[in-house]
Amino acid sequence: MPLIAFAILVALLAIGLTLNPRLVPSPLIGKPAPEFELPLLLKQGRFSNKDLIGHVTLLNVWASWCFACRQEHETVKALGRSGVRIIGLNYKDEPEDAKQWLARLGNPYQFIAADRSGRIAIDWGVYGAPETFLIDKSGIIRHKVIGPLSDKGNFDALMAVMDSLK
Amino acid sequence: MMSSLTLAAPIETFKFDSPETEKVFHKLSEELRCLVCQNQNIAESNADLAKDLRLEIYTMLSDGKSEDEIVDFMVQRYGDYVLYRPPFKPMTWLLWFGPAIVFAFGLVYVVRFMKAQSSKTQVESLSDEDIKRIKNLHAEQGNK
Repeated sequence: MPLIAFAILVALLAIGLTLNPRLVPSPLIGKPAPEFELPLLLKQGRFSNKDLIGHVTLLNVWASWCFACRQEHETVKALGRSGVRIIGLNYKDEPEDAKQWLARLGNPYQFIAADRSGRIAIDWGVYGAPETFLIDKSGIIRHKVIGPLSDKGNFDALMAVMDSLK
Repeated sequence: MMSSLTLAAPIETFKFDSPETEKVFHKLSEELRCLVCQNQNIAESNADLAKDLRLEIYTMLSDGKSEDEIVDFMVQRYGDYVLYRPPFKPMTWLLWFGPAIVFAFGLVYVVRFMKAQSSKTQVESLSDEDIKRIKNLHAEQGNK
């Protein structure tokens, strides 16, 4: 009996070790994208949640100061080349730093909305870049990736949800 | 550099309309988890996001938002995980009752164990058979 109890405890702790406490499920999944309007980083004009309607979109939260964003950047570019519409949310960044970063590493984004204060990111429940939201044609958030997209698990999970949107 | 050694909660100097509002501010920032450094609350954390959320709480309080409204605001964005005191709902029943269940199992086990101990038959006198066996032992030793 004590042995069984011990075995159960070990099993539970083992499961606990495989879970990542940084992955906090987003309550926004299945809900419409939060309302926002932000200036664009590279062009004149603004980007709002209304501009998300009508396309399947990846909203990628990134910053030039974010190391893991650089790590995932090749994957983001590859996704962009494959025809996915990618919108950048430049998070708490200096516009000049962000522009230099893009000039050096390439720009996969159709538009980049600049959230300098990070206030809009709070509405999206962002707690660390990179984070990526998959938004369907009607503007509903379908999936959230926390951490780099280049991570195989993250990538596969995203693709699976994308398949289901067809 | 020396000043960085002093341990102080990184609370900005916010001005409050009333001591009550200030109390609510401190209560909220202590009950909400910082998602960047997950073992700290928003009041303790130096993380940039915690700073932003403190400002957000302050702004909402200044706009006359209630404590519940602010908690709802946080939960809608970051989920129940942002609360150090999880809400009571079917999803969290195991969390709330888990310790009691484990305790109940332990109690049942202890009671059973104690019963088993006390119901063990005690030997109070030797039977004729026992005495014969002991005598045999003596006899064998004597033979050697």
